[in-house]
Amino acid sequence: MANMISEKHPMPTQDAKVRARNFKEVALGYDEATAVAEAERCLNCKNKPCVGGCPVNIQIPDFISKIKEGDYEGAYQVISLSSSLPAVCGRVCPQENQCEKYCVRGIKGESVGIGRLERFAADYHAESGAPQQAAPASNGHKAAVVGSGPAGLTCAGELAKLGYSVSVFEALHVPGGVLVYGIPEFRLPKSIVAREVEGLKALGVEIVTDMVIGKTLSVDELFEQGFEAVFIGSGAGLPMFMHIPGENLVGVCSANEFLTRVNLMKAYEEDSQTPVQRARNVAVVGGGNVAMDAARSALRLGAENVYIVYRRSMEELPARREEVEHAGEEGVQFRLLCNPVELLSDDKGAVKALRCVKMELGEPDESGRRRPVPVEGSEFEIEADCVIMSLGTSPNPLIKSTTEGLETNRRGCLIADEETGATSREGVFAGGDAVTGSATVILAMGAGKKAAAAIDEYIKAKAEA
Amino acid sequence: MFKIVRRTELNPTVTRIEIASPLIAAKAKPGQFVILRASENGERIPLTVAATDKEAGTVSVIFQIVGETTMLLNELKEGDFLPDLVGPLGKPTELEGIKKAAVVGGGVGCAIAYPVAKALHDRGAEVHSIVGFRSKELVILEEEFRAASDKYVLMSDDGTAGEKGLVTDALKKLIEAGEEYDEVIAIGPLIMMKFVCALTKEYGIKTLVSMNPIMIDGTGMCGCCRLTVGGEMKFACVDGPDFDGHLVDFDEAMARSAAYREYEQKRRDGHCNLLKEAR
Repeated sequence: MANMISEKHPMPTQDAKVRARNFKEVALGYDEATAVAEAERCLNCKNKPCVGGCPVNIQIPDFISKIKEGDYEGAYQVISLSSSLPAVCGRVCPQENQCEKYCVRGIKGESVGIGRLERFAADYHAESGAPQQAAPASNGHKAAVVGSGPAGLTCAGELAKLGYSVSVFEALHVPGGVLVYGIPEFRLPKSIVAREVEGLKALGVEIVTDMVIGKTLSVDELFEQGFEAVFIGSGAGLPMFMHIPGENLVGVCSANEFLTRVNLMKAYEEDSQTPVQRARNVAVVGGGNVAMDAARSALRLGAENVYIVYRRSMEELPARREEVEHAGEEGVQFRLLCNPVELLSDDKGAVKALRCVKMELGEPDESGRRRPVPVEGSEFEIEADCVIMSLGTSPNPLIKSTTEGLETNRRGCLIADEETGATSREGVFAGGDAVTGSATVILAMGAGKKAAAAIDEYIKAKAEA
Repeated sequence: MFKIVRRTELNPTVTRIEIASPLIAAKAKPGQFVILRASENGERIPLTVAATDKEAGTVSVIFQIVGETTMLLNELKEGDFLPDLVGPLGKPTELEGIKKAAVVGGGVGCAIAYPVAKALHDRGAEVHSIVGFRSKELVILEEEFRAASDKYVLMSDDGTAGEKGLVTDALKKLIEAGEEYDEVIAIGPLIMMKFVCALTKEYGIKTLVSMNPIMIDGTGMCGCCRLTVGGEMKFACVDGPDFDGHLVDFDEAMARSAAYREYEQKRRDGHCNLLKEAR
C-alpha cells in the first residue's frame, strides 16, 4: 500500500541566513529513510504518465520501485539506462514542468518528489564507490561532439555506450559548459559535474579542452580527420542587452559574465586571480533562473541589497518556483512590474542607479503572457553600484560563420530537425541552446540523446551502403 | 599543456614567449589573438599573436607586465608549460587593397602593430611605421620594424630615442608633407589610438584600430569585451578586435578598461610581496 500523505517529504536545506553567505550546496539531499518513505508515495501507475514528461524518458516508476526495495544502486542503474547525467538532472531539472507535472499524486496534493529521488539514487551511487561503467567494445566508427555542456555530454555518452569512438571538443579550459560556467556551486557543485565527466571518460570518451571548433579547427577539418558525423552543442552565445543608455558603464555586466567570473573562474575564493565586483547594492534585471542564480551569487559575495528587477509580476516570473522561494528566503528583494529605462553614472563612469518606470499588465501578447505597459510619469530610481543584465542570450556565432552549408534562422539559431537534430548539412547534427536559444539543461540533454540515435542510424546506413 | 620553447626579454617590462601549438600556428593571421592561462586556477587573458612559425608549430606573444597574470607569465622559463592556450580568436586584420599605409604603434602595442606592418610589406604595400615609446630602454622590435618598413619613425616622450614627441606629431608631419595613405593602422594605448583617430579624421584617412578590452572567455559568450562602435554595441572577441577607429567610443572604452585597476594593483603588490618573502 502506497504512503498516502499528500505532501512531498521536504528537502532538507542549509538554513537560509547561513547559506546566503556561503557557496556550499543549498539542498542537502534525502537520507535513506526519507527516500524510501518518499518512494512509497509512488503509485506505480500502469500507464506511467511521468515518463512521458521526461525529455530523456527515464523509467521513473521502475527506479522508484528499486528505492522502495532498498536497492539504491539498482535504482541508479535504471536511471543510467536513459540519462547520462543523473546527479545533475536530480538537481537542476524543472521537474514541476516535466515528470512531476504528470504525476497522478499531483492531482490531489503534491506529486512524488521524482527529482529528489533521482538525486538520492545518483548520490548514493557516487558515494558507494561503485565502479564506473566500462567502455564497451568498439564498433570501429568515430564521431565528434562540439561543446561539452549537457547536450554534448549526453550525445557523447549515448554514442560511447553504442561503441563509438567519441571526441568532445570544448572551447573553455574545463568541460561542462553551462554546468560549470553558468549554474552556481550552491545549486550544482562542480565536483558533481567533474564526476559525471569522469564517468564519460571511463566509457572511452575523449575530452579535448581549449579547442574552439570554427576557429582552431573547422567542422570540415573534423570530417577530414575521419570523424563520420559531428554533433554541435555549442550552446548559448552572446548575452542580450536592453539597449538603454548607460549599459556600458563600469559595474554593468551580463549575467553570463558575472556567473562566469564566479563559477568558472572561482572569483568568490580569496586567492582567485580573476576579479569580480563586490558591490553593496546589486540589481539583476530579468526574471529567469539565470537571474536568480546571479542574484543569489551576489548575496553570497557580500552585497547588502540585491534586487530582482522584472517588468511583469510574480505570476509571470519565468524562474522555477523553488529558485524564487530560495532567493526570497535568502533575502533577495523583488522589484516587480518595474523596468529600467536608463542606467545613471557617477562622476567616474561607474553605474550608481537605475532609472526605472513602473509597469502595469495589459492584454496578453503573442507569448500568452500579459504585456507589461509603462505607467506614465511613474519614474523612480533604484540605487545600485552593480547592475547585472539577465535577459537571455543569442546562440554562439562562431560555428555558423565558419561552416558552409549550415542554415540558421533569423535569431541565429542553427536549424535542426526536432526529432533527429539533423541540420541542413549532411553528417552534421545539432541540439541544445545552439538550436533553441536559451532553454533548460534537460531539453538540451533530450536533444543530445535524440541526435545520438540519429547519428548511429546515419553512420550505420552509410557503412552499409 | 603548451610548452614555452623560447623566451626573450625585449625590455625590462616586456617579454616575448614562443609557445608550441601547431594547430594555432597553422591558422593564426595578423590581428588575431589567443587566450591563455599562466597557471592552474589562473585567470584567462587575451594576447594578440605577434608571430607564427608554421614549420616549427609555434605561436609568439609579447606581453607587458601589468598585473598578476603577466607577472606569473614572466616567471615561466623555457621548457615550462602553460596549462591553457586557445585560439586563434577574433577576425584577422583586413589588409586587402591597401597599397600604402601608416602603421602607428605605441609601447607594447608595437608588438601587435609589427605583424601588421610585416604582412603589408610582404604583400608589397608601402609601409611607413611610426612607433612611440616613453624612453630609450623601452624600445622594442626596432630592427624588425626597419626591415618591414619603407620609412621608420621612432618617437619618444623624453627624446632619448628618435625624436622627442608623440606619434601623432610624426604622423601629422608626414601627412602635411604630402604622404597619401590608403589607411592608417593604429595599435597602442587607448589614449594614443583616440588621438591618432582624431587627427586622421581631420584629414579623412580611414583608420583601423585594434581594441584590447577585458575579456573572459573570448569566444562570444560573456559580453565583457563590449564596445560602442558607431553607436552600436559590438563585441571585440567576435566582431573585432579591429574596428573603424573613427567610430569607436574611446572614452567609454577607457573607463571600462580601468574597471578592475584597483584589484590588479592589490594583486600585483601582493604577488611582489610573496616574491620578497620567498627570497
